[in-house]
Amino acid sequence: MFDNLSNRLDGIVRRLRGKGRLTEADVDEIMKEIRSALLEADVNVTVVRSVCNRIREHAIGATRSQALDPGQQVVKAVNDELTRILGGETLAIKYASKPPTVILMAGLQGSGKTTATGKLALWFKSQGRQPLLVGADLQRPAAVEQLRTLGGQVGVPVYSDPEDPVLTAFQGVEEAKRLGRDVVIVDTAGRLSIDAEMMEQVRLISGAVSPDYTFLVIDAMTGQDAVQTADAFHRTLQIDGVILSKLDGDARGGAALSVKEVIGRPIAFASTGEKLEAFEQFHPDRMAGRILGMGDMMTLIEQAENAFEADQAEQAAVRLMEGEFTLDDFLEQMQALKKMGPLSGILGMMPGMPKEMKNAKIGDDDLKPIEAIIRSMTAEERARPQIISGSRRGRIAKGAGREPGEVSRLVKQFGEMQKMMKKMGMGGGKKGKRGGFPGLGGLRGTPDMSELEQMMGGQGGMPGLPR
Amino acid sequence: MQWYWIFLILAVAVMVFGFGVVLVNRRQAQRSVAPPRPASGVTKPPPKQVPLDHLPPDDGGEIPIAEPEPPVERAGTPAPLRDRLAKARIAFSGAFAGVLGRSTITDETWDDLEEALLRADVGLGVTTSLLDQLKQRVKDKAINEPSELLDALQVDMVAQLQGADRTIRFDDSFGPGQPNIWLFVGVNGVGKTTTIGKLARQQVDSGRSVLLAAGDTFRAAAAEQLGTWAERSGVEFVRGADGSDPSSVIFDGVERAAAKNIQLVLADTAGRLHTKTNLMEELKKVRRVAEKGAGTVTETLLVIDATTGQNGLTQAREFREATDVTGVVLTKLDGSAKGGIVFAIETELGIPIKLVGVGEQLGDLMPFDPAEFVEALFEQA
Repeated sequence: MFDNLSNRLDGIVRRLRGKGRLTEADVDEIMKEIRSALLEADVNVTVVRSVCNRIREHAIGATRSQALDPGQQVVKAVNDELTRILGGETLAIKYASKPPTVILMAGLQGSGKTTATGKLALWFKSQGRQPLLVGADLQRPAAVEQLRTLGGQVGVPVYSDPEDPVLTAFQGVEEAKRLGRDVVIVDTAGRLSIDAEMMEQVRLISGAVSPDYTFLVIDAMTGQDAVQTADAFHRTLQIDGVILSKLDGDARGGAALSVKEVIGRPIAFASTGEKLEAFEQFHPDRMAGRILGMGDMMTLIEQAENAFEADQAEQAAVRLMEGEFTLDDFLEQMQALKKMGPLSGILGMMPGMPKEMKNAKIGDDDLKPIEAIIRSMTAEERARPQIISGSRRGRIAKGAGREPGEVSRLVKQFGEMQKMMKKMGMGGGKKGKRGGFPGLGGLRGTPDMSELEQMMGGQGGMPGLPR
Repeated sequence: MQWYWIFLILAVAVMVFGFGVVLVNRRQAQRSVAPPRPASGVTKPPPKQVPLDHLPPDDGGEIPIAEPEPPVERAGTPAPLRDRLAKARIAFSGAFAGVLGRSTITDETWDDLEEALLRADVGLGVTTSLLDQLKQRVKDKAINEPSELLDALQVDMVAQLQGADRTIRFDDSFGPGQPNIWLFVGVNGVGKTTTIGKLARQQVDSGRSVLLAAGDTFRAAAAEQLGTWAERSGVEFVRGADGSDPSSVIFDGVERAAAKNIQLVLADTAGRLHTKTNLMEELKKVRRVAEKGAGTVTETLLVIDATTGQNGLTQAREFREATDVTGVVLTKLDGSAKGGIVFAIETELGIPIKLVGVGEQLGDLMPFDPAEFVEALFEQA
């Protein structure tokens, strides 16, 4: 897994510290790390170059400052720059003075247009509008069927005519006027940006319906090609905004940055899940951190919402910091965490995770022996592992099919973890944050867990840890 | 030992999520949370070993049929891959002109090469290692001219793709009533259903009896889409109700195929992001249940879209973990994207690329050719 940018920069800056003045070469090294982070995130090569040139000045300033943590400062400078690029003016929908407001959806095959169309209809509904969906994708088999199903699910009528896509789009708008619907969303067939014939068709559709907004749907997993695609669609259709789809995966989503930089139009919406409600207006600040590999805490937490019982999770966290966390709690939370996805993926999205944790290469299979051992304990043993004696240990080991030594190691290490968490709970508590968890204050942006990292001995690894 | 880390990570996660969820809930108090799709809670089956016959390499591939069916009028026999790709090379920004334009190998030469590889989505890691090898050879004076360098790079890349077994496995030795099963997996929108549609017709034309099983019971109208393809090729088709268990749909498909002595079942599955554990568990179950009857899964093909960036590598890793992926199908290579990530997938994970999709016609699904692929990767505008 790609290393966290802020960790890598920290390493460099730490090495450079005490050198008095930074040379050109030092800054080059820093910029190289930033560049690879952006490239790994699929930001377009050309865009990377221009962004890096702009960041360079900031980076020089930041490394020269007397601040305690120049590495973090550089990261902040980069983060700010990306947020600035991604953000800018947000798209506020202005409804046509003479309804209906017409929206045209365009994009490559498989980018998620039809799903986004359905989700957008639901979003307009939640804004108190009455949309009509128009199925002008007559290319892909059953595309209109799919749209009808989605329309049924969100409770919005769908118009289509199997004759001709341009005609369908035009008649769809007329139909909306007749029915008094105030928003029309026209779904079009996926097309390659280099397919002249199909691009001409979508241009004709656009001409026939004169859209108030044309949205380009881009898959968050797209690589370097995002730029060509966006550019070609923009030249043909005058894009007003971008819808970023499939953002619920673990792609860094550098395409968003590339597209914004190349066509200069805002990312209007992001599609973040399989459910139709998983569609929201775009958050530039979250995206910047995600592209830099600094984690996307908010997205993680939203995933956690589905996996964890909120009350239970809060109680568990409180108990954890008060040192009352039992093996039972642990088992329960572990099950919930497993629902969120592979552990490695979750770790990747956690901001500020120390390098040792990310490199620990923990697969879901590593959890199995732990689970087996805990499940072989009695309720009392789970609550108070210190009572586990020699004979109990033997019984547990036999039940779990593990060695007795493993049982004692588990108990010991669990105890160490508890101690550390308790210490951290108290440490943070002084600052008066809710429950004292460090870093939560920054939840709106990308919180860093540097305090946690420091607790753990920063670069040097955990104090007194069995390796 | 790593248990300590596991404890710690879980502890941190619990705290962050514990409070995070509460904070978010407070902020969006009215927002309701629907339960996730139920996990099927099964474990990965041990891979079944099957003695396999190999197809001749051109089988399942380039069958030049004029295809009257799809709504697109543009028909005809497939032109060579390179010709098709030629129209795609719009913005190569003269990287290679730059390399060849200089009389000696300079720092700019390396920058141009790096940029060209990155633009093709080959990825920074693979690019760096490819160029590092070449730098050594330039240093040793084994390569002196820019044009030699370019050739050497292509030769290196093709060499790395040599030797892989790209045949699509079909076991002829299975008796009647024992179908081969080819399972298709991948993230959303990569073209699984379309690939099956094209492959079905190709297989029928090469004399095999085929059944399509609509294992995508999640996306609206996915079964209708596959059904349309089944009709076009005149093959058997099995579907379930929307939202029904995909495992049982595919199982039924295999049963029907066995009963009717159909040789080959092409099983579609719903697109899923590899990060969704419950959906990946569902896929493991599909893979396992598919072999409960008389059939045997002889191929599990991961479909990857040529526009996919660096995330493709993670996708391949996770899908392989869940379903023992045996090959990659690279789709949409007729666009402006070059699909360089599959180079990393094959060389780093050892999953062979077996088929490429270069258009909407039937013949546009063809066997993967390393030399053509690498050349197209480098093609100039």
